[in-house]
Amino acid sequence: MRDKKYRFLSQPRRVVEDRRFVAGKGHYIADYDHADMAHVALMPCHLPAARIDAIDASAALAMPGVIDVVTGAELAAAIDPLMNGLDTPKVRRYPLAVGQVRYAGEWVCAVIAESRAIAEDAIEHIRLETTALPFVLDPEQALRDDSPPVHPDHNSNLLLDKKFVWGPVDDDFAAADHQLDFCVTWGRNSTVPIETFGVVAEWNAWAQMLDIRASVQMPKYADQIARALGLAGNQVRVHYDIDVGGSYGVKRGIKHAVLTGYLALKLHRPVRLIEDRLENMRAGDAHGPERKFDVSVAFDKDGTVRSMKMRALDNAGAYAGRAPFQLGKPIGAIVGPYRIGSVAYQAISVTTNKAAQEAVRGFGQAPTNYALETAMDRVAAFLDMDRLALRQHNLIKADEFPYLIPSGSTYDSGDYHTVIDKVMAAADYPRLVATCNQLRKDGMMAGIGIAACLEPSGGNASFEPLLNESNQTTTWMESCQINIDALGAVTARIHTTSSGQGHETLVSTVIGEILGIDPDSIRVVRPNSLESLPGNSPVGSRMAIMLGGAAARAAEKLKAKILAIAAHHLQCDAANIDYQGGAMLSANGRHITWGDIIELAHRQIHGLPDGMDPGLASFDIMQVPTGGDLPKDGKVHMYPCYSFEFHLVLVTFDPIIGKPEIRSYTIGHDCGTVINPAIVSGMTYGGIAHGIGAALLEEFAYDESGQLMTQSFLDYLMPSSHEVPDIQLVKHCTPSPHTVFGQKGSGESGYLGAPAAISSAINHAVAGLNISFDKLPIRMSVISDKIAAATQHRSDSE
Amino acid sequence: MNITIDINGKDVTAAIEPRVTLLDFVRDVAGLKGTHAGCEHGVCGACTVLLDGEAVRSCLILAAQAEGSQITTIEAVDGTTRQPGELSIIQDAFCESHGLQCGYCTPGMVLAAKTLLQHNPTPSREQVRDAISGNICRCTGYVQIIDAIMLAAERLQGRNQPADGA
Repeated sequence: MRDKKYRFLSQPRRVVEDRRFVAGKGHYIADYDHADMAHVALMPCHLPAARIDAIDASAALAMPGVIDVVTGAELAAAIDPLMNGLDTPKVRRYPLAVGQVRYAGEWVCAVIAESRAIAEDAIEHIRLETTALPFVLDPEQALRDDSPPVHPDHNSNLLLDKKFVWGPVDDDFAAADHQLDFCVTWGRNSTVPIETFGVVAEWNAWAQMLDIRASVQMPKYADQIARALGLAGNQVRVHYDIDVGGSYGVKRGIKHAVLTGYLALKLHRPVRLIEDRLENMRAGDAHGPERKFDVSVAFDKDGTVRSMKMRALDNAGAYAGRAPFQLGKPIGAIVGPYRIGSVAYQAISVTTNKAAQEAVRGFGQAPTNYALETAMDRVAAFLDMDRLALRQHNLIKADEFPYLIPSGSTYDSGDYHTVIDKVMAAADYPRLVATCNQLRKDGMMAGIGIAACLEPSGGNASFEPLLNESNQTTTWMESCQINIDALGAVTARIHTTSSGQGHETLVSTVIGEILGIDPDSIRVVRPNSLESLPGNSPVGSRMAIMLGGAAARAAEKLKAKILAIAAHHLQCDAANIDYQGGAMLSANGRHITWGDIIELAHRQIHGLPDGMDPGLASFDIMQVPTGGDLPKDGKVHMYPCYSFEFHLVLVTFDPIIGKPEIRSYTIGHDCGTVINPAIVSGMTYGGIAHGIGAALLEEFAYDESGQLMTQSFLDYLMPSSHEVPDIQLVKHCTPSPHTVFGQKGSGESGYLGAPAAISSAINHAVAGLNISFDKLPIRMSVISDKIAAATQHRSDSE
Repeated sequence: MNITIDINGKDVTAAIEPRVTLLDFVRDVAGLKGTHAGCEHGVCGACTVLLDGEAVRSCLILAAQAEGSQITTIEAVDGTTRQPGELSIIQDAFCESHGLQCGYCTPGMVLAAKTLLQHNPTPSREQVRDAISGNICRCTGYVQIIDAIMLAAERLQGRNQPADGA
């Protein structure tokens, strides 16, 4: 199937969703109106740690238009804590602070009023009495016994400390010619969508139904809301027809939905919570990983990297959330694209008095890739070897797939060397080197950065049982339903919101390809959660594989039924029918049209094969290919597919000013069979832009007193069109053997390697000064200061 | 206070608090939801509208300040010459190049593009880059947005651009 030329798949086709968006006719959560709507604003506490002594809302409640003020204590008495995938029952999390504030900006009460403006005004009239408590911000310090526990009941800041040894690590280190150790730190950044999180909850007491509309990208959202509020699963109805204004992982919104749901139940009013930018940045609980890596690598004189030890310490912030599991996903690609024979990995997650972390694009993979690629650069420098040659020497070769890595995952396919060759040719590497040298001659700092890395895709959740034995999750299914109506039109149902991934285009293209009909004639709709089949939302680069897979399988079932009806009518074998979309022709020249089939299926059961049900409908609930096993001996197979990307960049900057300019950016990308080329290239460019932000600009930086310093777009800097250069995208296709068309994931592409590549370039530029940058983001001020110090030191010693 | 603003050629009158922004007036009073709130302090450009033909940030302007001005939102980006469901040349170029993903910044981008092409019908890629540098997009990395605006410029040239622009 993969070898044939597709009619619609992989062809340049427009994205169905774009039409409504360019006209301003998307339907986002803030566009959802209701005549009787009540509005929520959230009161923060400004201390990083404090006991809540009293909240006096009487003056606020007396204001016209104020409906209610709800505190954490009221909530805690009425609802269950939010779900936590770890075994840490005393690390309780509620939508509002209960008894104690655990980070600066945390919400202590919710004000509900007739308008958002009134609610905000009322906050100024609430008296909050607190007693400041000791706090901790640094993760290493948080681990110490004398550190104040963020959750006193838990009596420690440790959420998770898992040690794995895969293969003969000690033997490999002992046998290796050399060893080197280093530490790098990934700063706390996030995806920061332009649309903040928002949710509207409506309780219908007559139907006993809670309707939720939200700007959300969260697996099992309805289940989690029902659990926390003590409702049955079929009393919560999440509507999936809300367009989400960007997410890239973070729009989980569980605390917001539980709070708003509680308020709707209590007040019998539709309640709306749309974060303002400050609420979002400071307390939306949507920061990404903040991770320190201590790495040791063992390698030989010829550049062979034998073994690696990695300690990853992640600062989860004040609550567990999904953060600890973001240390788990990278286990599925812990050696990157390299033949590293053994690995020791220690994953530590700690609480501190910073905002809670949420899933961010790549789920921890981009930081790990940054550490791995730094290791490759350091080994090359140590051996005085070319950085590219060292990588080529260690890369898994095309004929070695399927390739089992030490931690238990098997890589499906790849041709890393060819992708790199194509990139070197496309970027004209010798000319790039010449440009770099010329820039240096002209007095500029200039460096070439390279990064090779993997995008594990297909979104299995097997890191959950690996990190927590009592968690037995082994499926992460996705589903799709298709119906052909009595007029012959095809409608597919998908069971998720989308935040720009083009799922309607994905599904219509896949179904059109299999049924042989124009995808633009297929309508894709999003029912609510009660009308849906099981699914897990667009996380973990999984939708091309899983939603595309479920849609393809459902379409194949329909096609089989269509062929069976045709074979019965034409009195021939289904295998002999020439299926041509609109009309079926049999070998003997007789034919039956699409319209005839519809007529038979919908109106003439006497014309159908014996025992066949009427109608033309199908569904499919698809398990993750290759997934399903529980971990054994600290190992588990995680992802069905592994996409590959190779970044080659030239960065230059003035040694005094230190503002990096990306002079050239080429990426080679292999995500198997591409379903829609414009969607994949757009995601890759967007991922690179996000990676440039993580490498150079973006950080949720806290000062020593625990205050978030970057809480608006004026100080949390994101790449504009000036910071993102033109990008040369070199495509390659190594199909996956595990998916219906050979497709792999691409939703995290670009982001997974861009920070490593840019760090590599900047470090290459300053290598002659014997300095290095070991923490992201590498800000302009840090570059200029460090160069100034180094050159000062040099001139002092001359 | 009572104010009247000409939005997309229609007078919209309402009694509002003086603190209401033009953004909130457009969305909540005029009911035009294509203009989006992003950062709420003039950095991201998601709330871009045209005020007397020039791109401005509606989150930074009070509704009262806009009285007597003509406001154009994404809903009337091409005047009133097109039927619902019919895209302008710039909008069509954004679709052709897939110069968007989630669509949230897109109305602002389209209006920024319209303003640019009115002033400079044959921009270079660098000029396009400058023109959209005040509009933040987190999805696309801008590459396909710049492609879209270059394509729109080309098509507008080929079609004898009308006097009032795109």
